[in-house]
Amino acid sequence: MFEHYLNIFITTVFIENIALSLFLGMCTFIAISKKIDAAFGLGVAVIVVCLLTVPLNNLIYNYILREDALTWLGIEGTNLEFVELISYIGVIAASVQILEMFLDKYVPALYNALGQFLPLITVNCAILGASLFMVEKDLLFTESIVYGFGAGFGWALAIVVLAGIREKLKYSDIPEGLKGLGTTFIIVGLMSFGFMSFGGISL
Amino acid sequence: MNLKRYQEVIINPLIKENPITLQILGICSALAVTNNLSVTMVMCVAVTSVISFSNLFISLIRNYIPTSIRIIVQMTIIASLVIVVDELLKAYDYETSKKLSVFVGLIITNCIVMGRAEAFAMKEKPFVSFLDGLGNGIGYSIILIGVAFIRELFGSGTLFGYEILPLVSNGGWYMGNNLLLLPPSSFIIIGLFIWLIRSLQKEQVEEDDFVVSKHSTSPDLTKREINV
Repeated sequence: MFEHYLNIFITTVFIENIALSLFLGMCTFIAISKKIDAAFGLGVAVIVVCLLTVPLNNLIYNYILREDALTWLGIEGTNLEFVELISYIGVIAASVQILEMFLDKYVPALYNALGQFLPLITVNCAILGASLFMVEKDLLFTESIVYGFGAGFGWALAIVVLAGIREKLKYSDIPEGLKGLGTTFIIVGLMSFGFMSFGGISL
Repeated sequence: MNLKRYQEVIINPLIKENPITLQILGICSALAVTNNLSVTMVMCVAVTSVISFSNLFISLIRNYIPTSIRIIVQMTIIASLVIVVDELLKAYDYETSKKLSVFVGLIITNCIVMGRAEAFAMKEKPFVSFLDGLGNGIGYSIILIGVAFIRELFGSGTLFGYEILPLVSNGGWYMGNNLLLLPPSSFIIIGLFIWLIRSLQKEQVEEDDFVVSKHSTSPDLTKREINV
């Protein structure tokens, strides 16, 4: 049993890394990776939000939206899948807002560290993407917890590594037009070629 | 005067303020869908129409949205538009819709849509906002189609599925570049596009974080040693 969950975790972190294999959350990934500190803060925030929203959306999908999901209420023949997107994004926006208020009141230290990144996360496609892939893979509730954590962790890992590379590159002499954004794109391309080598691993 | 402003709003985002290469918006969905021109075209049309209409609708109600909940309001409008696009695609072009899979849904969190709503539509009149959306959508499409063109032509020797460079495996002479068929290659192509654009538009070049000081030309060797 434990092996099965470990399997899901390793697959989501390395083989199907949400940033470098599925290319989700790229905008923040590229925009906020200049410094390791900031990248780490954002990474932690993404882990927390993924861990919260993926299982929540899993419950919503399995007990409300999916075909014939409302039988536990005695209603049959329903299929609410067309409101999938709007309900997921609603859950994400709401939980980010709640998390922000909760942290502000009870854990001010963490709030000060993460505060500025939280609003950015609502529009981070890694979060919505994780929920959508969770539905596509048809995961159970417990599996979705592991998947959510793995997805967030993989993204955080990728952004911290990218920030590390960019910090080193500050000292190099790069052609005018490639400075900044241009090189970042090329680095990300090379990194994701690197991550493709995990693709051959079968667990 | 108005006409000039309209022109500006449409033409600026094409190259000068391109959403992908300068504003760092909307990269997410740009990468996985560019190995095939016809799929890319569908994606571009979908994104452009969502940006234009979300800008229009958000601008129409901009004076009635309370600032504290504006993100949720914007999200709801955008998500509804994306659902419409998704259902239309499923109804009329099921094959492409399958190929795009979750990427249609991800238009919701495509930061171009949100970014333009926040930066432009919340402040400007509806018609101008609509044009701004259109301009940004087209700017996004130019880059995406450019990438898809290179990847499909040199990767599999076809354009829109028609054979242009006959592949060796089909008895032709062209050896397809498999590297270009892999998604990460689009990052590198976009990086090179940025290089091209910035060589033409010098003002986009980013400042260095710090400047390397000039080599010391002083003949006084002892002084140099101290400096080291």
